[in-house]
Amino acid sequence: MRRWITASACLVWTTAAAAQVPGGPTGLEAVDYPWDNGTRIQLTWSLSPDDDTLLGYAVRRRLADDPQQTLIDILPPGTSAYTVPDLDPELAYLFAVTAIAQDNTESAPASTLAPVTPSVQAFDGTRLWFMVTLVLFSGAVVVFIRMARTGRDLKVRKIAGLEAVTEAVGRATEMGRSCLYVPGIQDMNDIQTIASMNVLSHVARTAAEYDAKLEVPTSKSLVMTAARETVETAFLSAGRPDAYNPDLIYYVTDEQFGFVAYAQGMMVREKPAACFYLGSFFAESLILAEMGNSIGAIQVAGTAQPAQLPFFVAACDYTLIGEEFFAASAYLSGEPDQMGSLKGQDVGKLIVAVGILAGVGGMTLAAVTGSDLIQSMVDYFTQRMLT
Amino acid sequence: MKRSVPLLITAVGGFALIVAYFIPYTEALGETVAVWFDILAAIAFILGGGNLLKQHLKKISDRGPGWGYSGVVIGSFLITLFIGLSKVGVPPLAEFPDFAWSGDFIGIGTPFWFIYQYAFVPLTATMFAMLAFYIASAAFRAFRAKNLEAILLLGTAFIILLGRTFAGVALTNWIDPTGPFAGLRIENLTVYIMSVFNTVGNRAIMIGIALGIVAVSLKVLLGVDRSYLGKE
Repeated sequence: MRRWITASACLVWTTAAAAQVPGGPTGLEAVDYPWDNGTRIQLTWSLSPDDDTLLGYAVRRRLADDPQQTLIDILPPGTSAYTVPDLDPELAYLFAVTAIAQDNTESAPASTLAPVTPSVQAFDGTRLWFMVTLVLFSGAVVVFIRMARTGRDLKVRKIAGLEAVTEAVGRATEMGRSCLYVPGIQDMNDIQTIASMNVLSHVARTAAEYDAKLEVPTSKSLVMTAARETVETAFLSAGRPDAYNPDLIYYVTDEQFGFVAYAQGMMVREKPAACFYLGSFFAESLILAEMGNSIGAIQVAGTAQPAQLPFFVAACDYTLIGEEFFAASAYLSGEPDQMGSLKGQDVGKLIVAVGILAGVGGMTLAAVTGSDLIQSMVDYFTQRMLT
Repeated sequence: MKRSVPLLITAVGGFALIVAYFIPYTEALGETVAVWFDILAAIAFILGGGNLLKQHLKKISDRGPGWGYSGVVIGSFLITLFIGLSKVGVPPLAEFPDFAWSGDFIGIGTPFWFIYQYAFVPLTATMFAMLAFYIASAAFRAFRAKNLEAILLLGTAFIILLGRTFAGVALTNWIDPTGPFAGLRIENLTVYIMSVFNTVGNRAIMIGIALGIVAVSLKVLLGVDRSYLGKE
């Protein structure tokens, strides 16, 4: 009797254990991902017969000459294709996919038989839509620049912060005090620093015309060199080469808080009447702006660091928010070429607005109608065009 | 010539990086251009050090305002430079005991490490700590209820600040978290404001910044905006 019970129990246990191992996926195929930079492989397989009850599928990879497998991803049930990212185009890979049951039991793997090597293509097709957008936007900028050259009047709204530049320099001149220009704490490879140099050119020219003292401490030596060149030529074009003093444009330190400690001390001692903070700033933004506020300076700030904008808005008289900062050079120069580029930016905004409306409208329609076609269009838009 | 060569370098370097982004075979070209910048920056660092010395020595010589601080800067600069370059107090590596300079100059316990850990880090932390006081003074001015916009700003900031504190959350604990008014609990209001209003505003600014960056880059690459070279 006891032997019969034991045998029955063993049978039940074995049957239960066998029932927990799910049926595995089959027919795993791996092919090189078309039109990419040689870092992806496309996998496809047939779903497990137990797909409805699965936790998901585990995808693994290994090098052809290395038995050690690496888990890449766990995918939801119903998935029969996957693009393996971050591969080396010079190595051959083998892949395996297993089905995972709810109790984490894994099926026998579906494996690729021959190693696959991702190949580098002549053009990275995953960036095609980005290129199309870039060409459209750049084309619009170039077209508007050409239109501006033909003499067409292009209206640009008033930017209070830029109107205040002349006023600030004038005030410093009247008070017999200096102007302070801080071009951020990043190097010349940062677009904000380049934009800052462009604005510095206009501020320096105004300072030269008003005979105001302009001081430019920098936290990078390359920025110091570029700033000197910019200010020197601005003074030259204003007809005041004699007033240019290279010692007023100098290097302080690369260290963020060391730089701000110097700037603070200098502001307390010399009390500049106008302070310009234009460039890339981080935590030092508020320290600079509050110090300028405490000495009663008129302050104009501009940055493309969104986290620092509230600090500048709270502590400065005028703040150039994001795109206004990049528009500053064009606005101040008033040259048709540059004004054209501003109008080109508007076309970019139009493209973005159309994209937002199309995306929101498409997703709403897909949710309301339940249409697979609209959903697939929205998926293509969000997963292929926007990534 | 003085303008043409920099413009040519800018255009070639910029367009090389753009092309490298789309054509995988030229990715190495983009990396090479980035290395050019690193070489330039490294050489310019010597220029910066020289300028630092010149600037502060002149200030000491002229007895300009704050010249004493310049003395401290030069002293600290030279001492740190000497200790770092000559590896003062750095023991040689165990693998190369006969080579006195084989040790790591910033290894734990070395004089350079000591300067960094017990002089530089505390000084930096002190400057950073001042930010808390500046935030308070800036907030005091920003949150004055002068007009409708300022009142809205003040109200929103008040909710966010309350939502970040235990006491604030406790204020609306009596609202059923699963009921129809659960959204009015302070912590939920805070999340809603941050994830909807704040995100929307932030993204609008980010889109404008992205477009601005492309426009400026294009102007610089095409030589339309040459202000950074001093052109007027």
